[in-house]
Amino acid sequence: MLELEKATIKFGGLTAVSELDLNVGEGELVGLIGPNGAGKTTAFNMITGVYRPTSGQIRFAGKDTLGIKPNKLAARGIARTFQNIRLFASLSVLDNIRVAARLHNGEGYFSALWRGKGWKSAEAETEKNALELLEIFDLAEQRDELAVSLPYGDQRRLEIVRALATKPKLLLLDEPAAGMNPSEKVDLMRLIQFVKERYNLSVLLVEHDMKVVMGICERIAVLEYGIKIAEGTPKEIQCHPKVIEAYLGAAAG
Amino acid sequence: MPFPGAKRWLLLGIALAILASYFTPHCNRYYLGVAIDVGIAIILATSLNLINGHTGQFSLGHAGFMAVGGFFSAWISLNVGEAVNAFWYFPLSLIAGGLLAAAVGLFVGVPSLRLRGDYLAIVTLGFGEIIRVIAQNTEAIGAASGLKGIPKLTNLGWTFGFAAITIYAITALVNSTYGRGFIAVHDDEIAAESNGVDTTRTKVTAFITGAFFAGIAGGLYAHHKQFLSPTGFDWLKSVDIVVMVILGGMGRTVGVIAAAILLTLMPEFLREFSQYRMILYALLIILLMLLRPGGLFTINLKRRKKA
Amino acid sequence: MDWLQQIINGLGLGAIYALIALGYTMVYGVLRFINFAHSDVLMLGAFTAFYVSPEIEKLMGSQSVFGCIMVFVVAAAVCACIGMLIERLAYRPLRNRPKLTVLITAIGVSLLIEFTAQNENVLGASPRPFPQLLPEHTIHLGRLVVSSNDILTVVVTVILLIGMWFIVQKTRVGTAMRAVSYNQQAASLMGVPVNRIISFTFGLGSALAAIAGILYAIKAPGIEPLMGVQPGLRAFVAAVLGGIGNLPGAVLGGVILGLLETIAGGIPGLSNYRDAIAFGILIIILLVKPAGLLGRSSVEKV
Repeated sequence: MLELEKATIKFGGLTAVSELDLNVGEGELVGLIGPNGAGKTTAFNMITGVYRPTSGQIRFAGKDTLGIKPNKLAARGIARTFQNIRLFASLSVLDNIRVAARLHNGEGYFSALWRGKGWKSAEAETEKNALELLEIFDLAEQRDELAVSLPYGDQRRLEIVRALATKPKLLLLDEPAAGMNPSEKVDLMRLIQFVKERYNLSVLLVEHDMKVVMGICERIAVLEYGIKIAEGTPKEIQCHPKVIEAYLGAAAG
Repeated sequence: MPFPGAKRWLLLGIALAILASYFTPHCNRYYLGVAIDVGIAIILATSLNLINGHTGQFSLGHAGFMAVGGFFSAWISLNVGEAVNAFWYFPLSLIAGGLLAAAVGLFVGVPSLRLRGDYLAIVTLGFGEIIRVIAQNTEAIGAASGLKGIPKLTNLGWTFGFAAITIYAITALVNSTYGRGFIAVHDDEIAAESNGVDTTRTKVTAFITGAFFAGIAGGLYAHHKQFLSPTGFDWLKSVDIVVMVILGGMGRTVGVIAAAILLTLMPEFLREFSQYRMILYALLIILLMLLRPGGLFTINLKRRKKA
Repeated sequence: MDWLQQIINGLGLGAIYALIALGYTMVYGVLRFINFAHSDVLMLGAFTAFYVSPEIEKLMGSQSVFGCIMVFVVAAAVCACIGMLIERLAYRPLRNRPKLTVLITAIGVSLLIEFTAQNENVLGASPRPFPQLLPEHTIHLGRLVVSSNDILTVVVTVILLIGMWFIVQKTRVGTAMRAVSYNQQAASLMGVPVNRIISFTFGLGSALAAIAGILYAIKAPGIEPLMGVQPGLRAFVAAVLGGIGNLPGAVLGGVILGLLETIAGGIPGLSNYRDAIAFGILIIILLVKPAGLLGRSSVEKV
């Protein structure tokens, strides 16, 4: 599904990510971990088209993604959440979903002005689908609340639901467990697995909490200073000397 | 969300406008003029609201679009209008002015929209001024002395009819799934892009739409005052419109309309203080920014849940 | 058109733009916002000089060098206070608000000063002739004509530029200013009295504006409340051209703009578009190299 081949990005004199080889297969749940500043979010930004790699290749579903704008990549099926939640602050819960669903709504500028029958039925369809999505994730009751007025955990969940509304094939989650308490994290782990199964997704997860990472990832890649220093199953990574060294005593499980 | 029968409101608005225009011969000419000024201000403020309020792009050059529309439709009236003496020619010339203004909006929008915040404001201000200077040097539209003798074709019906159309169009656009994209761009461009919104295209679309209606307002203005001077479309005029949008609470259509009405009528009420009117106006701007940057009419209608 | 003469004239104009631009760029460098009211401080400086110089003439005798310097100093001091007052009342409360709020406020302050000054009871809108602070000599170098006022302008600008550079680079206050311009929070955590530094910057910038205002008034046919608008706008373009936040850039931009304008003024047909030229340059720079000629582009971190 996703292939990074020697993807590199430099900012001025600083090489943030260096020659990264990473694959995420169909239906795989892969974790990307590493100390702070290792380049994980930068890698995400390269995959989603926010940054353009200085060199190397990135392919999604077999097609090259270099130079393609993020919104086009979203249309192709790459969705993401952000380290610092980026919900649309002026919009309601339902409207946040609708923005994402806009990709598949198909009715444009002149339709919205004219408001004919076709437009009306498309709008109803979009709303119905959005509400269904919210129902599944237990957010339907708050549909008209301002998205940013939700409790933190719900906001994180909403961001994931919004990403799902774009009907992605690949879901990138950037530290979804940040700021959560242990029981919320358990719910999150279940949520991610549920989402992966139900929507037949590939998932790339960046996360600091090792319980979460080791708990759900099938495969893990470790970045340090922009370089991949290890890759393997959770068990392999836990014992990997380079990884332990990189974290220097940080909680590993 | 989509208000049922939105088009019904539009038709009602237009009908009311036409009806009102039948009463105009009985009205005081002066008050009529003020009413038309109010209608034009509503169109300007609502159209700018799409750009500045809903989409969050700070444009300080709206008067430039008004000038383009005004001069073009006036030029049409003076050079072609005599030959075509039909009822429909006026709205067509207005729309032509609007379309030219929209084209200029495209030209201004595409390069400018890579910039953010105060840089965008300065660039749009610059474009507005360039339009003014070009108008001041174009003989065909009177150069520095302005364009005189424009036929008085604007009346209450046309003004409020177009105002109704403008309000309908902007509201209909924004209150649709497509239009939520504008607000998404305002809230968070990066998140919007990641969720499939083409932010550049959205911004440019807002610009063009806003410019179109500003052009129509310009045309209505031209055929109301019967005289156009390029200096009347300087950056101060743009600031006037921006203040209406801010006063109304950027993005709140109802508030913006109220602000447009208020700010157009205020000079009339302050007639005795005309010496101090501009000073009060400047003070208003400062106080507004210091105390109520969210606008004068901001009532918290949305339910807020305690965290 | 005599190129050399145009260049000399252009330098005189450019020096004034440079001086005004210095004020803009200093404030922007420290506060990251465009002080629209700067052009009005310029005007206030000229008017202060207008009212003060007869008094000083009584003391020092007419057109004396020392008297002239006193006029400059008094006007600079008055405007420094005005600038700091504006900052304290209108900008400081908005320190943490979005940049656009402050921008509109600055526009409001500028309009307030202009409209108040235009009021008949205050300064009145009609232009008044500016007193001759120093005798004007025209110097002839071959076929070139140079006015002593222009030479004065250039000399003053250079002195002030060196002075500003010295303050910013070599003094403690200057280091504090630079710290605040890089990162306000960090500077405050390091013990820098941010509010006082910002006040100081405003004061300094306003003083520069006042001096520029007097020099401009000497050349201009008369002073009136709106006299600062056009030069202020041009100087702003100059500041952006050179790289806003960059002191030598401001001077470079001022000189370039002064030259371009004077030359354009000499080309028939182009002179009507002088306003548009300044704005055109502004737009091109912002689109092509927003950091300006001498500025460094900053990469935005997502």
